Amino acid sequence: MADFEPKIVAFVCNWCTYAGADLTGTSRIKYASNVRIIRFPCTGRIDYMLLLKAFDEGADGIMVSGCHPNDCHYTSGNFHARRRWIMFRSLCDFMGIDIRRIIFSWVSAAEGARWADIVNTTVASIRELGPYDEYRKIAAKPIMEVENHG
Amino acid sequence: MDDLRKRAKELLETSAVKVVIGYEDGSGGKTRTLFAEKPEDAARLIFDSRCVMNLAAYVTKREIKEKGRMAIAATLPVMRSIIQLASEFQVSNDNLLVLGITPESKLLEFTDLSEVEKFVHQYQIEIEARNKEMLEKLEKMTPAGRWKFWTDELSPCIKCYACRAACPMCYCSRCTVDFNQPQWIPVPSHQLGNLEWHFMRAVHLTGRCIDCNACFNACPLAIPLNLLTKKMIEDVKANFGGYQPTLTGEHLMSTYKPDDKENFIQ
Repeated sequence: MADFEPKIVAFVCNWCTYAGADLTGTSRIKYASNVRIIRFPCTGRIDYMLLLKAFDEGADGIMVSGCHPNDCHYTSGNFHARRRWIMFRSLCDFMGIDIRRIIFSWVSAAEGARWADIVNTTVASIRELGPYDEYRKIAAKPIMEVENHG
Repeated sequence: MDDLRKRAKELLETSAVKVVIGYEDGSGGKTRTLFAEKPEDAARLIFDSRCVMNLAAYVTKREIKEKGRMAIAATLPVMRSIIQLASEFQVSNDNLLVLGITPESKLLEFTDLSEVEKFVHQYQIEIEARNKEMLEKLEKMTPAGRWKFWTDELSPCIKCYACRAACPMCYCSRCTVDFNQPQWIPVPSHQLGNLEWHFMRAVHLTGRCIDCNACFNACPLAIPLNLLTKKMIEDVKANFGGYQPTLTGEHLMSTYKPDDKENFIQ
């Protein structure tokens, strides 16, 4: 498994983590390139179906990140999201979906270095876990090759 | 249930309601839903232990609502569903009269929904011991064991959506599963389609399911899909406190507390 490069999809909010990830770049901090960032207006917008879609499309890990509690641009989006994550994560676990592959975090716009840290530890832990074969097996797409999505 | 028949007849004779929703004898020793619209139909109403279908699933249907004011023969789970539906603005005192049937099979007539709420609140929503044991057994398994359990259990699912049809809370005019742009859930009943459908169902019922087991009773393949909603009920209770449908209350999944506790967000 030495040549396994995990594919990780990060769902981040526009106001905190996206700006934080931007800061990581402008601060010229190097971090693992396995993560594909998808920008959302708010963590409250991150539909759980989108997270499942990421696994369908061959992701090995998922990151979800937004503003710290009380810092939401829309006042309460992250509080609502947190409640949903608690239930989502518990249902995933109950159905046997590997919750070690779904990492939740709060990263503010000022925490560029912290974002790099979280991404690096996530990539390392997913690398250890290996490809998410269980989900990929049931998601096997007959026509489209998962790898073509880049 | 002579009381029920008599009362239903009166209501229809005086045109206090246009339709009474209840149970009648069906084929094969089973019961089916009766929509009594004429006073003489009321004689066909029955109530016994076979009447497990949740009739509240009909009160949101357009073709029933169009008839005018409805009366419904409601057991405890049906009354709970009605309170939840009322809190979601799907029914109101104007279009619904509740003929309650107590767990002791006594007829109760409620003048308005707040009385129904009061009655419902005398009873807690508790998962049956047998299912609680099953939940605990599953929780003790390894994640891989649970994955196998669910892929095996869900594999016979033919996605007939009987669970959705039987559920009073599944009243959306367009269900997420019917969307094809974007296609949220694959149409075929292969493993992925089944997993995502049942996952979605459980999420959408989180904090709303009142544990009537109608979905399980409707399933032609006896898939224990109600375990998913039961698990969500247990978790909502454990994480966010009380679990009781209320007319005015906030819905557990569309509200928050600034100090909601979790232990997994970095």
